[in-house]
Amino acid sequence: MQLLFEPGFFSNASVRGALVLGAIVAVVSAAVGVFTVLRSQSFAGHALTDVATTGGAAATYYGVSVLAGFISASVIGAGSIEAIGTHRVRRRDIATGIVLGAATGLSALFLWLDSSTSTTGATQQILFGSIFSVTGSTVLDASILGAAILLVVALLWRPLLLSAVSTEIAAARGIRTKLIGLLFTLALAVTVGLTSIAIGSILSTALLIGPAAAALRVTRTVVRAVSLACALGIAATWLGILFAYDSKYWSSSGNALPVSFFIVSIVFFLYLLTGLPALRRRFARRTPTSVQGTRPAPQAASAAMRTQ
Amino acid sequence: MVREARAVLEVDDVSVSFSGRTILDHVSFEVRPGEFTGLIGSNGVGKTTLLRVILGLQKSSTGAVRILGAPRSRSSRSIGYVPQKVLLDPDVPVRARDLVALGLDAHRIGLPRRSAAQRELVERTLDEVDATSFADARVGSLSGGEQQRVLIAHALISRPQLLLLDEPLANLDPKSVQEIVALLHRVVIDHGVAVLLSAHEMNSLLPVMDRVVYVTGGRAASGTTDEVIRSDVLSALYGHHVDVLQLHGRVLVVAEPGAATDDLPAHPTLQLD
Repeated sequence: MQLLFEPGFFSNASVRGALVLGAIVAVVSAAVGVFTVLRSQSFAGHALTDVATTGGAAATYYGVSVLAGFISASVIGAGSIEAIGTHRVRRRDIATGIVLGAATGLSALFLWLDSSTSTTGATQQILFGSIFSVTGSTVLDASILGAAILLVVALLWRPLLLSAVSTEIAAARGIRTKLIGLLFTLALAVTVGLTSIAIGSILSTALLIGPAAAALRVTRTVVRAVSLACALGIAATWLGILFAYDSKYWSSSGNALPVSFFIVSIVFFLYLLTGLPALRRRFARRTPTSVQGTRPAPQAASAAMRTQ
Repeated sequence: MVREARAVLEVDDVSVSFSGRTILDHVSFEVRPGEFTGLIGSNGVGKTTLLRVILGLQKSSTGAVRILGAPRSRSSRSIGYVPQKVLLDPDVPVRARDLVALGLDAHRIGLPRRSAAQRELVERTLDEVDATSFADARVGSLSGGEQQRVLIAHALISRPQLLLLDEPLANLDPKSVQEIVALLHRVVIDHGVAVLLSAHEMNSLLPVMDRVVYVTGGRAASGTTDEVIRSDVLSALYGHHVDVLQLHGRVLVVAEPGAATDDLPAHPTLQLD
């Protein structure tokens, strides 16, 4: 046990805060992330993280709540993308790209201002997170916001799902697909702001998309995908927190390595891991014996085999 | 009651134009309960636009659409719809069974909690379209014919009075075409649902079609197949002479040499058997 958990892991208040915030962020990101992937909004999700950076950097400069900065910038960014137009895929990409570019420019300005006025590593915290240094009130705010986002996703569940399958069918049934899309994008924006406070604005994409994409590879229903994504997300954040905490006992510098590095690496590893079943099936199909055993081979393939 | 059944759908003098180009030019027709109506015309004559006007997804510049005698409302669930070329992504974890269940309640908010009776209805509807054997497969991984069955079940489960299908037979192999046509015919007879199906090829529909709406150049002629698929009616519609040939129970619409023929519907391959 002691090999795994270095001294003070469970008694440390900042570790407890990090574990709670990590779990909230993982669950919210998983639920929103699954629908983000299904709606092909991953690029918008990533752009919002860059917009959130601007807000976090500006909030730091003006000395107001960083969480509020992240979220309000992200929501304004989502609103701007919607205002430019998202009704066609290409238009949506352009709108996202324009807002992303403008926001990154502003980030450059505020991050420069931050680093010229303070030496507390604000840039590092904004970009790569500060999960060990969050205050109790931030954790409380995050849990309220997280609950609100989960409520929105639960309420919109069925219209969102049918719109993800086919916007055309959903619209023909009288579902207000544009309104549903707008509400979901706002929920996505708040999620990005929330995740930014934990693992940093530019890494929040990893937690939003990674566990969701991994879960979608191996599940048959959306309910199971969301459940598995939550589990993978929590596993990644908690293991990341543990590894980062432990790392100060074995890293050569004696300092803890960044927690976001561990979380994102674990997410990536989990994504690779969930690709294994598909990889195995592909190899299994190449073996002629298993082709006959499982499914009738496609005609072209069996014809090719006969000629050999 | 002895009075004639009220039309399920009345399309009355509907015109649509996009940036000055007329797509539909004062189109009128009716669809009656329990009838199979074919909306026939070659690609690009405005069949999809017409269906979108009926669904309220497209505004018309003149005319009106009435469903069961009332002006069409946006949230009308008395219409089931199977759109053209639905691209179902195999990466979306929605099983055939889930998509059919969404036909019941996709417009409702909140997480799905379906009663035993509703789950039973999903099973029955899957069975009606012969989709039970692949009910647990992701819809995106199914063949074209299988996807059509699931989409029809999705549209049917809310028991609409009218089922609109946009080119459901395009890109299907001949066997699947026959199966889908037979399935829709069964739906019309068993449930009294009125079916309005668009197609660019009418021969596969001739055995089951009660009425036909023939569209070309933005205008339409409607009636029974015997009333509409005639040389004089279609010549007037096309604005140039066309012949209607009947051969081995199939119909061919042929223009004289030299006439513009790009507006004629797709012809079946002539098989001398």
